[in-house]
This record gives sequence, structure tokens and C-alpha cells, in this order.
Amino acid sequence: MTPHMLTRSLDRGAAIFLAVVAACGILIPLSNLLLPAGSFLQVPTYLVALWGKYVCYAILALAIDLIWGYCGILSLGHGAFFALGGYAMGMYLMRQIGTRGVYGNPILPDFMVFLNYSKLPWTWYGFDMFWFAALMVLLVPGLLAFCFGWLAFRSRVTGVYLSIITQAMTYALLLAFFRNDFGFGGNNGLTDFKDILGFNVQAEGTRAALFALSCLALIASFLICRTVVSSKLGKVLIAIRDAESRSRFLGYRVESYKLFVFTLSACMAGVAGALYVPQVGIINPSEFAPGNSIEAVIWVAVGGRGTLVGAALGAIVVNYAKTFFTSGVLAPYWLFMLGALFILVTLLLPKGIVGTFNAWRDQSKEKRSALTTVSAAAEDGVTEPKMAE
Amino acid sequence: MNVMDTRATSAMLYLDGVHVSFDGFHAINNLSLALEPGEMRAIIGPNGAGKTTMMDIITGKTKPDEGTVLFDGVTDLTRLDETRIAELGIGRKFQKPTVFESQTVQDNLLLALNVDHSVKGTLFWRGSKAESERIDKVLETIRLTDARNRLAGSLSHGQKQWLEIGMLLAQDPKLLLVDEPVAGMTDVETHLTAELLKEINKTHTIMVVEHDMTFVRELGVKVTCLHEGTVLAEGTIDQVSSNERVIEVYLGR
Repeated sequence: MTPHMLTRSLDRGAAIFLAVVAACGILIPLSNLLLPAGSFLQVPTYLVALWGKYVCYAILALAIDLIWGYCGILSLGHGAFFALGGYAMGMYLMRQIGTRGVYGNPILPDFMVFLNYSKLPWTWYGFDMFWFAALMVLLVPGLLAFCFGWLAFRSRVTGVYLSIITQAMTYALLLAFFRNDFGFGGNNGLTDFKDILGFNVQAEGTRAALFALSCLALIASFLICRTVVSSKLGKVLIAIRDAESRSRFLGYRVESYKLFVFTLSACMAGVAGALYVPQVGIINPSEFAPGNSIEAVIWVAVGGRGTLVGAALGAIVVNYAKTFFTSGVLAPYWLFMLGALFILVTLLLPKGIVGTFNAWRDQSKEKRSALTTVSAAAEDGVTEPKMAE
Repeated sequence: MNVMDTRATSAMLYLDGVHVSFDGFHAINNLSLALEPGEMRAIIGPNGAGKTTMMDIITGKTKPDEGTVLFDGVTDLTRLDETRIAELGIGRKFQKPTVFESQTVQDNLLLALNVDHSVKGTLFWRGSKAESERIDKVLETIRLTDARNRLAGSLSHGQKQWLEIGMLLAQDPKLLLVDEPVAGMTDVETHLTAELLKEINKTHTIMVVEHDMTFVRELGVKVTCLHEGTVLAEGTIDQVSSNERVIEVYLGR
């Protein structure tokens, strides 16, 4: 990423978004740690953890927007990449427990002792080292996306067919992870984490740091996405989204482009999952549930696909609403509300919150510039703007 | 080995004994056709004569059941996919104007330029002066300089047709396949399009499919009439349009 590519990718909306995320990432942890508990401006720890979760969801939403909003790939299985990243982190956290587990086995996590494992399965090798786990957070979702995408895109599976097989993929993983003999904790998943890099995961300081890190990851993901979509590659992605076969006849290898963004997007989803797990304290197979992936797509639709900022905003708004409604008397009706929200957004705000706002702003800008061109034309000497570069 | 020695034909495009059927329908039936380098050829024929299917075969969208399709005398196109064929230098304009509607006119041309089309090449792409000059030149040729920053979707039908021809120019292929370039155009636009194609033909080989006989006459080039997937007649417009069979199946009496 060159400085040139970075500056080109930033407009005002993006700058505001980054400033807000950075401010939250700094101020919320500081307020939590430095202000006395119970003071008006102090953010309680439970809220730091809750908002940290939202930030992870926002990263997942960005990942989905990158492929759906810009390349037209509607993945209904992105929760799988999120969960795989989460599992990689969970495995590291499990191995950090060491002798503090119920059975006190220095190598084997509790569930393995309980299930009479005699030795550590090979899949768990290396996860006692943070760097290895961090690498797997990127590599496992990335590799799965690469293999899946290679097969699907090369066979030109598109549209709803692709969406359906992504659902099948996440469902297959759900079933696999549910099995005790698959070696990842079965339906209980991984939990009872003690510490991360030597810090207690329950400690306020660790939670605040994880929140700040999540904000940092959101900023990084946003910058990566912006850089990609504002490069010429971004124009090719939109070309593929709007007229795939036309792009082929221009000599673009469509499957390579799709594979690139799909893999990149899966890696981002993996990072989101890895940051999510230490903040919620558990990862279990229900994270692979097909419904989770669909919910994530709804966040993007609500916020506005193809806008990036909208995707992140949608994730936060919808999840805030979810927390609000599922903790009251309306709890049993949440799924109906979510469904209604999706239908209403599709019907009334097809561009989502940010997309509708942008369209409204462009329209009023056009009106204003139409007025100014009339007056400017009189002055003459108006030159057409040359190519941006 | 000298490339010239291996050429099977001097033709830019050579089709021999091509056959395609879809579910028993013979779309292309023993079709043979040759286009010399630098030639412009007009293809006419009734609906369902196989004109678009022929273009699909040349550009790799459809694989023929039988027959030879040679490009530049050496390359067997039936073994290659769309992307590879486009890279070799065959450009195509679709029957229905297909431009990237949500992008600006100049971005449409930028996407069409025959520069590095790899993922890495486009990710790290930085515009060059030569590239923007080429785009400027194409914009001038297709008379869309003033519309360069407009979204392609907001152009009129005729302008979209030209933008697509402009994209072909930016792509700078050796062979241009142009499917119904004047469909839906006004008389003036049709005339300008004929001029444009003649200009392009000075440096490119062109195959143009068109129903508009006035337009074909204006082009003044060799005409091939297809019917039921095979060549019915070939020659000057006067020869073809006075052919009994052509009148019977296509032009009408």
C-alpha cells in the first residue's frame, strides 16, 4: 500500500468515519479505566465488552460489503470464516489455561481429558504459541475461501446458486464442529479462558485493550477495503458486478478477481472472529449457524451496500437494536422484527441508510452545480477537469 | 520456426465447416467464412440466421460441435476461453449496448484499455500520461469528450452505442466484432456511425452484423448473407441484394 494509494482512497465521509472510530477506540477505554466507577462519564466494563463485540461485527460487515457491495458476490456463509478465526483464537486461549483447568492437565484442554484423549490431536499443535494462532486466524479462513472460491468461480457459479452453496458450506462446518470426535470441543465449544498473552482476559485493563485493538482492526480493515475499491481493481470489481460477461470480453480474468476479494474478505472475517472470542469468552458451533451469516448480510443491506461506512454502521445499529429488543418483553419477536426490517429496507431504502443519504447529497450537489455552471459559463474559460490521475 | 510458415491461411479470421446445435436446433450449419486482414465485412440475414451465435463462437462464449475457427492463421479459437481470446486481440460490441452503467464514461474507457489486466496490475495501477492521452483521443473520436465525467448509465442510447465502440477502440484489438451498432439510432447517428466504422477500418479488421440495409450500403463493403446457420450469398451489396434466395428469405419482394 503506497501513500499515493492511501490518499486517493479517502474522501470526507471516510475521514469522518475513521475519526469517530479512532476517538471511540481511545476515549472509551480511557473513560472505563481512569474515571471512577459510577461516574456519569464512566463507561462500565460490561458496555466496553458489548461494544467491542459490535466493532467485531462491523469488521465482518465490511468484509461482506467488499464482496457483495463491490463485486456482487452474495456470500451467505461468511459467518463460517468469522467462526474459524474465532476457533483459531479460542484454541490458543484453551492452551493458555494449562494446569489451571478442572483436570489440571498441562497439555490437554479439559474437554479432551473428559473425552479420554491420550494425546493432543495434530490439529492443535502450535496453538500454544500466539504468533502461530494469529497466523492461523488469517490462514485457515483464507485457505478455505481460496479453495471454495477456486472451485466455485472457475465453474462460474454465480448469483443465488453461489449463495446457496455458501450456506451449505457453513452448515456443513456447523455439523462437523458439533461432533465431539472432531476434536474442537463439540457442542460446548471452547470456553473458560484464563489469559491472553499473559493478561487475564476478565481484567478491565485487558477488556479495554481488546476494545481498542478491535477499533484499530476496524480502521485497518476499512483502509484496506477503501484502498482496494478505489484502485483500478475496484473499478474492475464494479464492472464484474454490473456486467460480468462484458468484463470477460475485455480480457479480465473474472475468476481471479473474485478469488482475490473473496479470500481477502474471508481473512478479514477471520480477524473479526479472533477479536470477538476473547471479548465474549466463548466460541461454540452455533457461530456457524446459517442464520448468523444471513443476519450479517442484513446489517450490510440496512447500512447500505457498496458504501463500506454503511456496512459498519449497519452492523452497529442492527446489533444495538438486537441488544435493546432481546433484553425486554419483545425478546420472542426479535427474529420477526429482523425479517420485517430486511423487507422494509429492501422495499423502502434499497440503497440502505448511507446509500440513500449519499444519493440525496449528490442530487442536491448536482442542483447546486447546475446553477453555478450557468453563471460560470458566462465568465468563460471553464476547463473540463482532466482525469483524476 | 518462422510463424509465417505455420500459418494455415492468410486470413485474419477463418471459419471452416463450423457446426453448433442447441438441443437439436442447428444454429450453425457447416459455416465457412474468411476475413482478410484489414477487411471490413458486413453480415446480414434474418433473425435466427446464426449471426450472434457465430460471434459467440469466435469470442469463446459458445464452443462449436465441429469445425475450425482460426485467428490470424495460427490460433485455434475453439480451445480458448473469452478472456484469452480478448487478450489475443478480438474485441466485441454487443447487440444490446453493454457499458458499465454505474461508472463514468472515462472509467469505462480506462477499463477497456489494453494494459495489464491482471489482479496485481490493476491493484497497483497508477495512471500514465500516455493512457490519459489515449482516452482523450478515443473520447474525441466518439464525440463524448464533454460527457467524460458523466455516468455511462445516463447516456442516450446512441451515445451508449458509441461508448461501446469507443471501448473497442481503447481495447485496440486486431479484429472488431460489432453486433448491430446502429440499432435504435437516428438517421444522423447512423450516418455518423458508418463514418466512424470506416475510419476505424483504416487500422483494424472489422466484422459488422447489421439489419439496416441503408447503413450496410453506406459502408460499401463485401456482404455475407447468413440463413439457417450457413452462408447463403456473398459479394457486393448489389450482388447480394439481387440474389433470388436472399430476396426470398430475407429482404422480401
